[in-house]
Amino acid sequence: MKVISFGVLLFALWALLSGYFSPLLLSLGAISVALTLYLANRMNVIDHESYPLHLYSKFPLFFAYIMREIVIANIDVVKEILKIGSKGISPQVIKLPLPQQTDLGRAIYANSITLTPGTVTVELDKNFVTVHALTKEGADELLSGEMSVMIPDQLADK
Amino acid sequence: MIDVLSWVLLGVGGLLGVIGGIGIHRFPDFYTRLHAAGTTDTLCAILILLGLGFQAGLSLDAFKLFLIFVFLFFTSPTASHALANAAMHGGLKPQLGRENGSGKA
Repeated sequence: MKVISFGVLLFALWALLSGYFSPLLLSLGAISVALTLYLANRMNVIDHESYPLHLYSKFPLFFAYIMREIVIANIDVVKEILKIGSKGISPQVIKLPLPQQTDLGRAIYANSITLTPGTVTVELDKNFVTVHALTKEGADELLSGEMSVMIPDQLADK
Repeated sequence: MIDVLSWVLLGVGGLLGVIGGIGIHRFPDFYTRLHAAGTTDTLCAILILLGLGFQAGLSLDAFKLFLIFVFLFFTSPTASHALANAAMHGGLKPQLGRENGSGKA
């Protein structure tokens, strides 16, 4: 099931990237997709981590949330850079708990923290994530755990 | 109308890139500079790609721009994290501001 949908996705990607739709080139594409699928299947890499189908239903909401956060955080950092209406930077190093159950969820959370400017994940281990924040406000917002609950994590929907 | 929109997006995106550059010079240490570079990574790139996307219209080019966005979305935080992690392991101490949060780290 996963293999088939992965194959369809790969073939669509191939066709759209090449931009040629003649039968010869399409069949060459189909052959290379089949070869890739065979190898990926043999290597057992089409699993819930490399191809997280189960998270797709949650992705749009998460994406909208993270985009909003990126815009807000960018405005904050730009204010600090240009020193417009800011209290000045006050770098913080904080340790946050990781409530996510899976490695994938932890990685998404850590990447989301880094993706919003003003906070960078410095260290990631099993239960804690160490974050460097540009301002006290940014650190406090993370400590409130608001972002953590938005992270798609596969155990959450059971 | 679409031209105006895409010009605005490209202009704001370019401006954010310049501001990020100013920030890299203005901030005091490595970690804070990383945050300044973060604005160019994220919103600047997103706005420029969106502006170019409006120029491309609904075409294969737009799809390729979208792919660039997807790869940036996954790789740029990973790269930032790798930099910060390497600096921390290399023993570079961050300058800390007033009232450092929990202070546990």
